[in-house]
Amino acid sequence: MLSKLLAAAAFAGLLLAAQPGHAYTIFVSNERDNTVSVVDSETLEVVETIDVGRRPRGITLSQDHSKLFVCVGDDDRIDVIDTETYEVVGTLPSGPDPELFVLDPDGRYLYIANEDDNKVTVTDIDAQKIVTEVRVGVEPEGMGISPDGKTLVNTSETTNMAHFIDTDAMEITHNILVGSRPREAQYTSDGEEIWVSAEIGGTVSVISDATRKIKHTINFDIRGIPKEAIQPVGIELTEDGKRAYVAMGPSNRVAVIDQETYEVLDYYLVGQRVWHMAMSPQEDRLYSANGVSSDLSVIDLEDGKVLKSIPVGRLPWGVAIKP
Amino acid sequence: MSPVVYLRCLLGIVEREALRFVHQRTRFLAALVRPLVWLFIFAAGFRAILGVSIIPPYETYILYETYITPGLLGMILLFNGMQSSLSMVYDREMGSMKTLLVSPLPRWYLLSSKLLAGSLVSLLQVYTFLAIAYLWEIEPPPLGYLAAVPALLLSAVMLGALGLLLSSVIKQLENFAGVMNFVIFPMFFASSALYPLWRINESSALLYHIASWNPFTHAVELIRYALYLEINGQSLAVVTGCFGVFMGLAVLGYDPGRGVMARRGPGAS
Repeated sequence: MLSKLLAAAAFAGLLLAAQPGHAYTIFVSNERDNTVSVVDSETLEVVETIDVGRRPRGITLSQDHSKLFVCVGDDDRIDVIDTETYEVVGTLPSGPDPELFVLDPDGRYLYIANEDDNKVTVTDIDAQKIVTEVRVGVEPEGMGISPDGKTLVNTSETTNMAHFIDTDAMEITHNILVGSRPREAQYTSDGEEIWVSAEIGGTVSVISDATRKIKHTINFDIRGIPKEAIQPVGIELTEDGKRAYVAMGPSNRVAVIDQETYEVLDYYLVGQRVWHMAMSPQEDRLYSANGVSSDLSVIDLEDGKVLKSIPVGRLPWGVAIKP
Repeated sequence: MSPVVYLRCLLGIVEREALRFVHQRTRFLAALVRPLVWLFIFAAGFRAILGVSIIPPYETYILYETYITPGLLGMILLFNGMQSSLSMVYDREMGSMKTLLVSPLPRWYLLSSKLLAGSLVSLLQVYTFLAIAYLWEIEPPPLGYLAAVPALLLSAVMLGALGLLLSSVIKQLENFAGVMNFVIFPMFFASSALYPLWRINESSALLYHIASWNPFTHAVELIRYALYLEINGQSLAVVTGCFGVFMGLAVLGYDPGRGVMARRGPGAS
């Protein structure tokens, strides 16, 4: 009788948990396994594991979502995956050691950070050719593009700068000193601000696009976590300009920030050493790649709760979502 | 005898237990303060200690206070179970136990009613505690609160039956301190209430085995799983089995023909 009662309650719970689905597919690059895990948004289970080149890190979708691009740093190229068949269907040239990249808003070019070569490479996707390259600071990584596609922001980990690049001239127009070891740059949806995370500095700098100056620096303080474990890396900004989410590395937290007031509202407990994240198309869920614990945490942004952590490959690094 | 008589007897005992509860509000508060101290003070020092692994039935990383909550619910049930054994000894010394046991209804029924009455009072305390814990951001799924009712009740009667069994053996009120030392503390600490079993296994294999056999561990795990809408079959079996054994022995213990009551002679109370 008791077990029946419990089973009934559990079943009712499952019914409630299975919400009307906006099905989408989540891709996670596993840096150490040389694979990409494919996760179904409804079952929250890994449905496929795709073998790619060595050291996959940066991961993003083509504009029509038919292709997935993966930086495979140790093979000095971009692998192209068909998002229907989950097969590697081709490669793109990237220059040496591609780490992270961004798709231009027209979907034509990939702007690629070459970590070991201190430059940004521009690849024409259709022509499968490198168009040009720009010299930047030491160890480039973060790549952000303005909504109009006119300005590219690259951060260099060792130079500690955000480099603003005019995409027409492909020249650096501004260099801005930010916190130590900048890892990611993201434009707000209105194009007025660029958020840059600093891993060692433990801060996020908000730069005004109009003045090209830092207008605010966000600091973090997590109860019971030593300052040195607070290492902001991945940044996700909502389209509506209300919330920002910052992955905090080895403090195993994702910070929730008010985009308007820059106030840190809360921290979500996720897996170990969280780096990059992606938001669902409805922006109601956030997925974080937790490198050391080799899993993907699923955060319900409406309830403000971490729902589940799904084991993926070893050292998950980046996340991309296909609607 | 008609079921009405049985029901009247049960209601009478429940009413008496409820009256005791109403009259001893400080006891209710004291029983609530104990787990709250653990939650607010003890857990504060270990907040992030479990943030490094996922333990079933949890599906993601949890803070320590979330982990120990089912253990503290178990603590409420354990202390109440033992406290009711104390009250039994007291009743016996005062002679009111005799009034109960001279009833024409079967002994097992009387003792079960007493157990159930005590367990219902425990549930009130458990849910008061859960309500306070909710404010402390310990938020199991809403349906978990419902699913936990049978698990809590079963665990409560199992621990209550153990108390009943002990009360049939204890001769004097003063021996309650012994129950504290030899039953409550070892049962609570050598269990999964404060640390998961794998963590105990890391430091001592012997302690791990003791904890795995401890019925209290299974009571806590049964509650923990139910609270997160899962069933722990093994724990369910252990708790049910232990309840059967403890209850059987307690009924024997209170049998004037056989158990301790008889050994103490006809005049013993």
